[in-house]
Amino acid sequence: MGKIEDLEVINGEGYQLTTLDKAIGLARANSVWPLPFATSCCGIEFMATMGSAYDLSRFGMERLSFSPRQADLLIVAGTISKKLGPVLKQVYEQMSEPKWVLSVGACASSGGIFDTYSVLQGIDRIIPVDVYVPGCPPRPEQIIDGVMNIHKLVKHESSRRRYSDEYKHLLSNYDIETKESEDVK
Amino acid sequence: MSEITDNNVSYKSKETIDGNYATINFGPTHPATHGIFQNVLKVDGEKIISSEQTVGYIHRAFEKLAERRPFNQITPITDRLNYCSSPINNMGWHMTVEKLIQAEIPKRAQYMRVIIMELARIADHLICNSVIGVDTGALTSFFYPFSEREKIYEMYEEVCGARLTTNIGRIGGFERDFSPVFHEKLKSFLKTFPKAFEEFNSMLERNRIFMDRTKGAGPISAERALNYSFVGPNLRAAGVDYDVRVMQPYSSYEDFDFIIPVGVNGDTYDRFMVRQEEVRQSLRIIEQAYNNLPEGSYKADIPEFYLPPKEEVYNNMEALIYHFKIVMGETEVPVGEVYHSVEGGNGELGYYLISDGGRSPYRLQFRRPCFIYYQAYPEMITGMTLSDAVLTLSSMNVIAGELDA
Amino acid sequence: MLNNEAILNRINENYGSEVVISEENFGILTIEIKAEKTHEIISWLKRDEVLECSFLTLLGGVHYPDDKGREFAVVYHLHSWTNNFRLRLKVFLPSENPSIKSIVDIYNGANWMERETYDFFGINFEGHPDLRRILNMDSMDYFPMRKEHVLEDATREDKDDRFFGR
Repeated sequence: MGKIEDLEVINGEGYQLTTLDKAIGLARANSVWPLPFATSCCGIEFMATMGSAYDLSRFGMERLSFSPRQADLLIVAGTISKKLGPVLKQVYEQMSEPKWVLSVGACASSGGIFDTYSVLQGIDRIIPVDVYVPGCPPRPEQIIDGVMNIHKLVKHESSRRRYSDEYKHLLSNYDIETKESEDVK
Repeated sequence: MSEITDNNVSYKSKETIDGNYATINFGPTHPATHGIFQNVLKVDGEKIISSEQTVGYIHRAFEKLAERRPFNQITPITDRLNYCSSPINNMGWHMTVEKLIQAEIPKRAQYMRVIIMELARIADHLICNSVIGVDTGALTSFFYPFSEREKIYEMYEEVCGARLTTNIGRIGGFERDFSPVFHEKLKSFLKTFPKAFEEFNSMLERNRIFMDRTKGAGPISAERALNYSFVGPNLRAAGVDYDVRVMQPYSSYEDFDFIIPVGVNGDTYDRFMVRQEEVRQSLRIIEQAYNNLPEGSYKADIPEFYLPPKEEVYNNMEALIYHFKIVMGETEVPVGEVYHSVEGGNGELGYYLISDGGRSPYRLQFRRPCFIYYQAYPEMITGMTLSDAVLTLSSMNVIAGELDA
Repeated sequence: MLNNEAILNRINENYGSEVVISEENFGILTIEIKAEKTHEIISWLKRDEVLECSFLTLLGGVHYPDDKGREFAVVYHLHSWTNNFRLRLKVFLPSENPSIKSIVDIYNGANWMERETYDFFGINFEGHPDLRRILNMDSMDYFPMRKEHVLEDATREDKDDRFFGR
């Protein structure tokens, strides 16, 4: 659980003041809905992370969202081949803002030991990644550590990030359109 | 589903009026596929008319990769075939190379291998059966066995240091003997696991909902299964008692007393039951192997292939030379063609190795049971409902890594 | 229980003229046969009441680029469960037209194995119901398991060749 002390609050008699961004960030961080895009070995370790011994639901991730439209966090666990690349990109595009990406394992992060003609050499070639988790496959503790790092990002991120020029520029590097921002303006 | 009568008004669904069927994409990413498979289903209401598969979404070029690596370094590739039971894959590969170099493996190492392989089979079947439970809507049956699986992982860690992709053992045996902690853990596992397993079993075996859902879902006859080159639990569920462990025993399997469970209808329930019984038989084998664990060495006497201990490398000239030769892949290997198969989690897992005497195989082909029997899937689900298709897929235990190589 | 000699004799009795070379390789009888009669021999092996090779274990290709006129090999592993022996059939094909008759009508299980062999080596299986790529993308324009093609992904720039033995 996030602590209220993290929020730089101003305490007064009978009230507490903070910025709306930070309050929203705290709420978001503790109710992340992950979409597990588990393809291979790392997926089994992710199952172990969800299982009773490691219990991912302690961190407010009780509900796995298998629909990209309701998910905040894309957990890519396992090898992504070149054949699967367009599918992954489509899933990412279908997610609504705000969204984060956790790349679990060496294969998803860099291709790992599979420097071969059929494997995509890291998912960051097609979608932006927020946190990389090393390991082949990473232990459940490492996956949880990656999730905690995602929480840190979520907590301190401006809720207007999606309208910022940097973010638009980032997405345009990956040929992903940011239609949403246009109509809000 | 073509006609629905409601308040005396008979109407037909739009698809049937047009003479068309609805097309559903089941996969590539779907919560019930447990991996990346695509099935384009043509459905009439709930009923499946036909389906077309696309595979290869996790093709990683194992066979090409193996042609570029020295023999020792191929073990990590085999880990990633059927990653639910990687020790069996590792040892299958080790035995293939041992067959090629004609190494004599001590009895103790063989029994140790049997223990590890049967632990792996339990872990594999537990995943498959708990996932069948999840697909019938019972999430509890996922959480119960997973806490038991963790204990198997802990034992792997004690032997080799890794949990899932184990890279366990070496060509010629093991890198070290079982540690005292392993003995302790195995003893307590043998004591507590049967009870926990029966608890899991009692949740599903005679559960009315579970039986109604799984009986008759995705059946296949023995004759069709044989024609599709089925192996392993899926074939045994159809009533054929083929098991590599009995047919062509390896690693001293002929010493142990166990039965091969068979089913009758080859449907999802039978596949579930066969796997459950195999877990019990595996436990029996582990008990026999552990109680009769022979004294002796845990490794074969093949210095050209077995890495010497580190302290000897630093102090002994000969050991240093062997270490260098093995690491640089300069050991001479006999020329020849070997086929060796082991009973993996999904059935006969074969290795066809062509060696031209070089540092790496000239060609290494894996017989991947999943890849071969998954092609019968459309035939098995035709005429079934969509929910049966999900169950059939999970009960066939199709592992994407093994399917796509 | 049949030994390898008896198996070979039985095959020689019926298809002696088709057998090019036979040898025993680590316990498995390996027979090289001519490409034209492969389908017929495999079909006979399945039906024959003595041998009964009713199970197709494995089908795959091998590339021997230096062997002129016999660049490609298709290897069949058959298993007779009644007699418990394995049999390996090898067929060599020239690189100009690597083409052989499909055995899908004998064993359904050969379907994907032949597609995989086509995908990897470009060996054409005549009469296959649906011969197209299976593991790789349809847009791929070469056959990756042939020896002349490199393993590595060509888009990597961060790897220094000196450190990777290339």
